[in-house]
Amino acid sequence: MTTFTRRATLGALLLTAASSLALTAGTAQAEGETITIGYAVARTGPSATGAGITTIPNYELWVDTVNKAGGLKLPDGSQKMIEVVEYDDRSSNEDLVRAIERLAAQDKVDLILPPWGTGPNLAIAPLMARFGYPQLAVTAVTDKAPEFAARWDRSYWMLGGGHDYAKGLVDVLAAARDAGTINNKVAVVSVADGFGIDLINGARPAFEAAGFELAYDATYPLGTSDFATLLNDAQGSGADSFVAFSYPPGSFGMTKTAQSMGYNPKVFYVSVGGAFPIYPGIADGNAEGVMAIGGVDADSPAIQDYFARHTAFVGNPPDSWASAITYASLEMLAQAVERVGLDHAALAAELSNGTFETVIGEVKLEDNQLRDLWWVGQWQGGAFRAVNPGDKAGAATPVIPKPEW
Amino acid sequence: MMRIILPLAGLVLLALLPLWLSDYGLGLMVGAATYVTLASAWALFSGHTHYVSLATVAFYGIGAYTVAVLNEVLPYPLVLMVAGAMGAGLALIVGLSTLRLKGVYFVIFSFGLAELIRQLITWYEVNVTGTLGRYIFLEITTAGIYWQMLGLGALTLALTAWIHRNRLGLALRVIGDDEAVAAHSGIHLARVKLIAFVLSAVILTLAGAITSPRYVYVEPSIVFNPTVSFLTVIMALLGGANRLCGPMLGAVPLFLLFEWLSAHFPDSYPIFLGLMFIAVVFVLPNGVIAGVETLRHKLREARS
Repeated sequence: MTTFTRRATLGALLLTAASSLALTAGTAQAEGETITIGYAVARTGPSATGAGITTIPNYELWVDTVNKAGGLKLPDGSQKMIEVVEYDDRSSNEDLVRAIERLAAQDKVDLILPPWGTGPNLAIAPLMARFGYPQLAVTAVTDKAPEFAARWDRSYWMLGGGHDYAKGLVDVLAAARDAGTINNKVAVVSVADGFGIDLINGARPAFEAAGFELAYDATYPLGTSDFATLLNDAQGSGADSFVAFSYPPGSFGMTKTAQSMGYNPKVFYVSVGGAFPIYPGIADGNAEGVMAIGGVDADSPAIQDYFARHTAFVGNPPDSWASAITYASLEMLAQAVERVGLDHAALAAELSNGTFETVIGEVKLEDNQLRDLWWVGQWQGGAFRAVNPGDKAGAATPVIPKPEW
Repeated sequence: MMRIILPLAGLVLLALLPLWLSDYGLGLMVGAATYVTLASAWALFSGHTHYVSLATVAFYGIGAYTVAVLNEVLPYPLVLMVAGAMGAGLALIVGLSTLRLKGVYFVIFSFGLAELIRQLITWYEVNVTGTLGRYIFLEITTAGIYWQMLGLGALTLALTAWIHRNRLGLALRVIGDDEAVAAHSGIHLARVKLIAFVLSAVILTLAGAITSPRYVYVEPSIVFNPTVSFLTVIMALLGGANRLCGPMLGAVPLFLLFEWLSAHFPDSYPIFLGLMFIAVVFVLPNGVIAGVETLRHKLREARS
């Protein structure tokens, strides 16, 4: 028995060492023929839904588009096909960090695309900085973006912060109130998770500064499925505007509950999920007038073309918030490579300072952040159209009050 | 003598590995060392007593959270000490109130504990501090994390070996076999179980604290990921939870298997996890080591 244990100990130690070396040894990267692009995203686990809607389809669509056109263009005019190295991070940041180490140190890929979500993007930021890869963090909503961009100078933050979205919404509501369409009471519910808290923390002072009264202000835990009480209280508060800082399950659940109980506020706003292509189906075809986070310039030919290509390739249209920006970030990357090649320092400088033609129009980053964003959108005539900032080209006029369900 | 020299030589060898390994190799070693530590610490309490605990991630998460809250206030070694103390404190409270539960009741309770703590932290952050995500900006290299985790893992194995040879280990084994007999032979049930539970919890908490600088960003839904608890149990059971090296023998291959799966079958990881569970329960109920021993016995009998 003792001999066995000792042998087992030694065996385990050797196994650990040997297998890690074996996995590390791997295949030497074929130089020159292709451009390798790696990413680690959540294929399984809690983040898989978000990654599966916003991130993965756009990566696949982009690689397909580029390769069908003959590959990525390089400064010398030559073209190289993209070869993808993909790992599943199982929605775990520990696995994600290791996958990035693998992409950078073992696979030695030319470029790394970011994962889905704020937490995952932060988890890999120090590593990306250490290995020198540019990180086009799209699906990360954070008010600390300026701080992060300064800390990791090759990181780019492209979806704004909670305060931006809250302020955009307050602007829309304040304009409607000043026009006399809605009263100055607002009912707000928010999900008790990072995103909901960021938004409500931005919204409370913004509503107050604009002279609104928060007639109802409640949080609900992530995973709540019964919204009848929340909506009942919101309805009883006498507010004309209902605002939910919610995740897709909440956004969908509240829409259905409001419909079944006949709750018809003049403004009905939900957050993540409201811009999903499935939303009108969830709302039984009565999405008209519902406001949500994000938005696109639905009349722009570039967006229409992108929606059509996405639908043809993936099988369904993209969401109208972060999808187009994800795709735009990839177009930026392709154009930057075409101008300066694959050297990471040159690429980073070009991404910081260059101007790019993308599906969301001309993009130029400010301090490594995309600030020219849509904050509020609304379902109008079957499309999710951006309504705020109202002075941005392509903005639709908000329809308030919203038609009854 | 060899009994001490061999593991020590192995430990030194493992500690020197960062000199040769690539960043990814080192990342792998961190992961492997973490799961060896978690599985061994889990087995320290559950292996002999047969109290299957799914609370691993509750302690692991508390460790990570402690670092997230205190990393800018206290020096790192102190943060680790506080984390250990938090784990011990929680284990004491929980242990005193629940180690009377048996069988499936304890399993369910321990699973609920992780969720309870996650919701409590969420509630606190939402209603009191008003922020949910926290940041860990510590200048600790991957090699630094690896060495700490290796040390903790070695400590766990040494502690387990020591307990196995000692009255506490004997008492734990008796409790695992029959609590009534244990009580009648004069074993102080509550005290023995509590000591083992607290020791195991402190190690789990420290493991969480040590790995946390690798995440940078901490949020309840990230650090209280129940998969960690399940993986720990399955790893320890695969190797053999009541053997000194069982958890390690289960953790290393499983960890590498899952790493391989994530590259080659990115969509099917949960299916494999489920199949592993079933396989361990049906094919190797006592773990690989015991399984191999039974096989050897059978072969020997067949030969004679």
